[in-house]
Amino acid sequence: MTATLERVDVPRTAPARGRSRARSRHRWTVLAFMAPAVLGFLLFFGYPLVATVGFSFTEYDLINPPEWTGFENYTYMFGDKLFRTAAYNTLWFVVVLTGLRVVFALGVASVIARLKSGVGLIRTLCYLPSLTPPVAATLVFFLVVRPNDGPLDAFLGWFGVEGPLWFSDPAWAKPGITLVMLWVSGDLMIILLAAIMDVPREQYEAAELDGAGPVRRWWHITLPNISPVLLFGAVNSIILALQLFTQAVVAGSAASGSADATGSTKDLGFPENSTLTFPVWLYAQGFRYFDMGYAAAMATVLFIVSFAATAVLVQRMRKASYQEEGGPGA
Amino acid sequence: MTAVLDARRPAETRPRDWKGVLDWVAVHSLGLALGLMFALPVLFVFLTAVMSDSQAFTKDLWPREWHWGNFLEVFDKAPLLKYLGNSLLYSLLATAGMLLSSIPAAYALAKLRWRGRNAVFLLVVGAMMLPPQVVAVPLYDTWSSLGLTGTLWPLILPYFLFDAFSIFLLRQFIVTIPQSYVDAARVDGCTEFQALVRVVVPMARPGIAATALFCFLYTWNDYFGPLLYTGERPDEWTLSLALSSFKGMHHVQWNLAMAVTLLIMVPAVVLFAFAQRSFVKGITFTGVKG
Repeated sequence: MTATLERVDVPRTAPARGRSRARSRHRWTVLAFMAPAVLGFLLFFGYPLVATVGFSFTEYDLINPPEWTGFENYTYMFGDKLFRTAAYNTLWFVVVLTGLRVVFALGVASVIARLKSGVGLIRTLCYLPSLTPPVAATLVFFLVVRPNDGPLDAFLGWFGVEGPLWFSDPAWAKPGITLVMLWVSGDLMIILLAAIMDVPREQYEAAELDGAGPVRRWWHITLPNISPVLLFGAVNSIILALQLFTQAVVAGSAASGSADATGSTKDLGFPENSTLTFPVWLYAQGFRYFDMGYAAAMATVLFIVSFAATAVLVQRMRKASYQEEGGPGA
Repeated sequence: MTAVLDARRPAETRPRDWKGVLDWVAVHSLGLALGLMFALPVLFVFLTAVMSDSQAFTKDLWPREWHWGNFLEVFDKAPLLKYLGNSLLYSLLATAGMLLSSIPAAYALAKLRWRGRNAVFLLVVGAMMLPPQVVAVPLYDTWSSLGLTGTLWPLILPYFLFDAFSIFLLRQFIVTIPQSYVDAARVDGCTEFQALVRVVVPMARPGIAATALFCFLYTWNDYFGPLLYTGERPDEWTLSLALSSFKGMHHVQWNLAMAVTLLIMVPAVVLFAFAQRSFVKGITFTGVKG
């Protein structure tokens, strides 16, 4: 810092009395800027997180006051067959969707990064679907993959393949939802594309001089350079899979042909509970059957799992921010 | 329009030999195929939306007659204008509230030095990653005792205090503004508030635009929130929520369901067309470098 700046940097150079006054003014400024956020955080995250754990030890239907039942909700989970189904379905998405989403987005980004013309157009085409509302995106795929008449079936027919029943078949409903999610994965693709573009050019040039082909350059230079962003993509996808709700509900209700999509529970998880994800079952328990205590217990479980996933990311960010503190412009 | 990313594309030699040409053709046909793959579903939806009632049922991909009237007919089938009003109320108020509450907080997290700043920032990241279902039970309970369930207010009001994703994204933008600008404002006798309003906000305008776009689209696309609070009150439905039951209510009329599907996608496409750079830049900033 230059001398002129230092002179006005009151806290460091002013006599003790002025320093403390400036300091307290600084404190009030921070407080004023942060106050709404702190209040909002406490009201909409702090309190409800604690309250969720509290409710999970009670029986509560919104009308009668909560009744303490100890660990009953948690022991009930072990006997609840649909809890296991829902946990399995969400685990399926965490494993399959996370893997496919990262690999797919990375693949598309890598192809776009190598284009020499038409980049803007292709990038826009790949990104735009990610802006569509999840309800609309699910219905779009419902149309595209509908058995017998759908365009995908016609396409598969050219190769003599008979398409599955997708959203009407318990074995294919989750892969169908995965297709929808891949179609809207353009945001991750843009993030990865930007990371690939940030890789220092010299490293490629050096590798090219050493005679490395495009594949080896991608493997030995691109991948290691973007690995922090890949980690972010993976954590982000896990969180996305853990809270998968809209696509499952819409796919289930559209496939069941139910006339009342929003008010009923009979089409949740259709077909045969194959789309009953953890959040869907939580929603049904809490807000259709009004078993708030049990829903809170499920929410507590969901919190622990998603916290573990987030902790990985936060740990990395903390390391990065310490490095940042040491350098200029932190 | 694409300058942001293009300028830094890795230098590749122009195709000089047959291997280079083959590589060029392979990469570009792959790129084209990918682009088509992403675009075709919307094209099918559009073609179905302009078909007649009876043709929409069939294997046909191309409409025999173009029924542009379908886009108007859907307004008779459902009170779409009312849903549109609800959606706009939710999205616009939430975005306005977010801007009021998140810009000062992001500034304090990016440009003011105070003890606990890093810890608070990590809490923001944690809140951003939290599935909304985790806190749904106590929040519903609270809003219900305030008599606000059945309206969109439980979704709108929190934005006037706290929105984790927006604070995070704005902070990422403001951090990149050189400290010397803020210091210069302080030298000139600006209070922190004046430094924020006169220096940081004008410089962070692209970031603020991107954050507002994402906030608008997030609320526009939201399904869980409106379902939770207004599922039983069709008068309060948003477009997203209404669309999910439109297919159910008119399940024989694929063409109309697809017309509504297209209409609900319009804002996203229009916003993107006008602010492509903000979108791309904003999305890039969400990618945390760990």
